[in-house]
Amino acid sequence: MREMISMIVVLTVLTALSGGLLAKVQSSTAVQIENQVLKFQKAPAIKSIFPDVANDPIADRFTIKTEEMKLQVFPTKLSDGSQAVAFETKGTGFGGPVGLMVAVNLDNDKIIDVRMTTHAETPGIGTKPKEDLSFVSQFTDLSIMDTNFNLKGSGGVIDAVSGATVTSNALCTAAVKATEIYQKLKPEIIKQMK
Amino acid sequence: MAQSLAKEFTKGLWAELPPFRLVLGLCPVLAVTKSVENGIGMGVATTFVLVFSNLLVSLLRNIIPPKVRIACFIVIIATFVTIVELMMQAYAYQLFLKLGIFIPLIVVNCIVLGRSEAFASKNGPIVSVADGLGIGIGFTLSLASLGAVREFLGNGTLTIWEGLPVFSMGPDFIPFRFMLEAPGAFVGLGLMLFLMNLIPQK
Repeated sequence: MREMISMIVVLTVLTALSGGLLAKVQSSTAVQIENQVLKFQKAPAIKSIFPDVANDPIADRFTIKTEEMKLQVFPTKLSDGSQAVAFETKGTGFGGPVGLMVAVNLDNDKIIDVRMTTHAETPGIGTKPKEDLSFVSQFTDLSIMDTNFNLKGSGGVIDAVSGATVTSNALCTAAVKATEIYQKLKPEIIKQMK
Repeated sequence: MAQSLAKEFTKGLWAELPPFRLVLGLCPVLAVTKSVENGIGMGVATTFVLVFSNLLVSLLRNIIPPKVRIACFIVIIATFVTIVELMMQAYAYQLFLKLGIFIPLIVVNCIVLGRSEAFASKNGPIVSVADGLGIGIGFTLSLASLGAVREFLGNGTLTIWEGLPVFSMGPDFIPFRFMLEAPGAFVGLGLMLFLMNLIPQK
């Protein structure tokens, strides 16, 4: 009995201390990590979607706060004069959250392009949609207002990458989330675009 | 005392060099040694975890009940691995992107758990730190040397930090691309083991 109690007490104290320590480290590195993600994940994704725009969407970014969430929006102006924004949503993949940067033309509500960003997927398998752009190019020119962005097996219009169904599904979930956010926040986005 | 400290430290550098003498911890050795930079990054991360987990296991060795010792070691190791992962994300993001999944996998690296179980849980804190430091530096040097062989043959360059080559063969060099693929890792490791075995043990 004594042995049992000592096992329970030691393990509990150890895990509690470790949890506390990790919470401290996490909160003290959070800001720095966010900057790094912006620099090495979001910025390259936005650059590859908008290769030649006049402004710097990263520097011009603004944040929309609602009761449930905070959304970082990257605004720009396309060469044909229409306004566009990019923002990131997340779906759950094989190894945790998978980020999807979605760029939308504000004038006709069509998706310009999407890119996979942060992830912890299996190298060589779950990373296929990031390296091979044929998956993300399926989203181009679809309307964000009335398209079902689920995989074809779930009644949507997107073909999964073979071998990476879970990751494809995560990206589709993120796209569906993007439609909900966009439909809800579009007036707010336009107001902030000045 | 000083003599045994030096002995524990140096054994990791040669006699018990983890990947080449004990042939342990081969997963990261084969997977991340595409360049010197990756090898050093992985090695330094592992060394950090080894030193601190050895220290903590050794300090707690009389408190941890023997029946749940492995669970306690894993908690300690996992804590330090997560700290390394967060630090790497905060200050060396490009390296983090390249090493990816292999950083969290240090938790189940048999070298780290092996040192806790076989050494730190039976010895004092100072010797344990020396042991962890020695094994860690040995591991780093092994990864860096295998990385150097593979990167030199496979790409004609040597890089130390942030993808900037410190040495390059120039555009006329036709690299053995295959050395950067998975089979190249096995061939490279085989050649290193062959060279190590040419040198007599004693």
